[in-house]
Amino acid sequence: MIRRLFIANRGEIALRIIRTARRLGMTTILGVSEADRTSLPARVADEAVIVGPAPSAESYLSVDRVIAAATAAHADAIHPGYGFLSENASFARAAIKAGIVFVGPDVSSLDAMGDKLMARKIGLAAGLPVVPGGEAEDKAAARLQAAKTGYPLLLKAVSGGGGRGMKRVDRAEDLDSQIDLAMAEARAAFGDPRIYIERYIGRGRHVEVQVLGDGQHAIHLGTRDCSIQRRFQKLVEEAPAPGIPDVKHRALTDAAVRLAEHLKYRGAGTVEFLVDSETFEFYFLEMNARIQVEHPVTEAITGIDLIEQQLLIADDQPLGLTQARMSFVGHAIEVRINAEDWLRDFRPSPGRVTRADWPAGPGIRVDSHIANGGLVPAFYDSLIGKLIVAGKTRAEAVARLSDALSSLTIEGIETTAGLHRRIMADNRFISGDVDTRFFEGLARG
Amino acid sequence: MSGDIPFTSEDVEEIVTILDNTPYDRLDVRIGRFVLRVIRSGEGWSQELEWSDAGSAALAINLDVVSVEPNTTSDDQTLEIRPPLPGTFYRAPQPGAPAFVEIGDRVEPDTVIAIIETMKLMTSVSAGCSGTIEEIVAENAALVDSDSVLMRVRPDVA
Repeated sequence: MIRRLFIANRGEIALRIIRTARRLGMTTILGVSEADRTSLPARVADEAVIVGPAPSAESYLSVDRVIAAATAAHADAIHPGYGFLSENASFARAAIKAGIVFVGPDVSSLDAMGDKLMARKIGLAAGLPVVPGGEAEDKAAARLQAAKTGYPLLLKAVSGGGGRGMKRVDRAEDLDSQIDLAMAEARAAFGDPRIYIERYIGRGRHVEVQVLGDGQHAIHLGTRDCSIQRRFQKLVEEAPAPGIPDVKHRALTDAAVRLAEHLKYRGAGTVEFLVDSETFEFYFLEMNARIQVEHPVTEAITGIDLIEQQLLIADDQPLGLTQARMSFVGHAIEVRINAEDWLRDFRPSPGRVTRADWPAGPGIRVDSHIANGGLVPAFYDSLIGKLIVAGKTRAEAVARLSDALSSLTIEGIETTAGLHRRIMADNRFISGDVDTRFFEGLARG
Repeated sequence: MSGDIPFTSEDVEEIVTILDNTPYDRLDVRIGRFVLRVIRSGEGWSQELEWSDAGSAALAINLDVVSVEPNTTSDDQTLEIRPPLPGTFYRAPQPGAPAFVEIGDRVEPDTVIAIIETMKLMTSVSAGCSGTIEEIVAENAALVDSDSVLMRVRPDVA
């Protein structure tokens, strides 16, 4: 039984985990940095402890400090959220060694999927198609691999996720400088500078499948489309992925379950695919062995609390859900509200939020840690909240989201809310005709 | 840390559903330290959350931003390079790598002289002018903002 849950994260996901853990009767302990001590999650948690100073490397990314804080708090489990240490196998090992349950998959799955190169190999072993590419240990090896793969190509962080450390390179002469930037970002975000190379596929859709496994069985909770991205940062996510023929949709979910069973996967995970927007052929990209930012759209169409499932599985309970009993109802869309000035090249806009007026009403869910007076520190990710709407149909969800965005006012910092209003008015989005180049074609000004 | 938790989305949804059929445009609900304000807005409703916390002033944090005063001994003939946005200043692309520029190096407007990390994003900083690096003012890994001077450049003599 998990009685004392330590949450090793911050922001909206910390608040999200606290809500479910509370409902399950657990005592929540939040480990925060100095910069987050007055944050809403710190105020709401049953207990809050400081794990370190503001910079992530000395707080949220410090395995030693987080484990020490969790041990001192007598926690019997740690929920890592997303980002930070959530897919860090050394962190999971350290937790287990300290006698604390890690709310996430087995260390073997983290080892397998945390290293994106290894993930490619395992994807192949499980019979999934992968994008052409390969490793790039240093610049010389990168040049060789790039010559084989061809341009344009993507540089990706081996320990990556969330688009950090990912760079598109169009010409051979840009390769070296982009490698420097990609490695610096990868080191800053994941503590691991290694990168690899993958062919860039322009006209594709990013479709992912939510899976749950208990080590014996695995099921899927449907698809999500996250094609609307800017520089590999997801902006809009929806469930289910629209406009995919049933037979291909089934092939995608089957492939995801096959991978989860191949790994004897325990916990919640997301299998990401690149899907050709015309032929619907698909390639396995990676598996995220954690909860995703966009998990609420899946919750909206399945009625399942994914954090609850994570906690139950971590508590060694077999899956109470079966594929046959899963039902998918309606359509859900999430937009990420980031502290960024989207009209000035998405420049980060940290600071004090003087007024946070979030939309409210039927079919509307807001996951945010930012209330009136909330602080957005410059040290962390720019996500200040997620607006999620559900409707009986996609058209209803789009209309509801459009209305909801008109009721959203954030003052004190710049946000991406205006960008989302623009997206909602775009005919390609309204008709569901989106691919990863959507953003480039968005009307500006 | 008290055990009270602000309103779930379901709570807010229920409140709005009830209010929507009334002539009221605004409702404040207080639970513990939290006040939820539901307001008729735009095409629907919006929610605001406030909390009272007597200790918050004492807990207020300083972002500890390094603000470098313009060098008064400067003969005013050097040009200042400032960061394009607040963040952490790095002189090299990665730890252990050679710095982008050293004192005495020649720079052109598009020469990359540093990177700034803000919200986990790396932004290159260009010199923005031609000349020779005369002084590196900001410390490596320091937090800087738009008032900070990163480096001073001695412009080319015309």
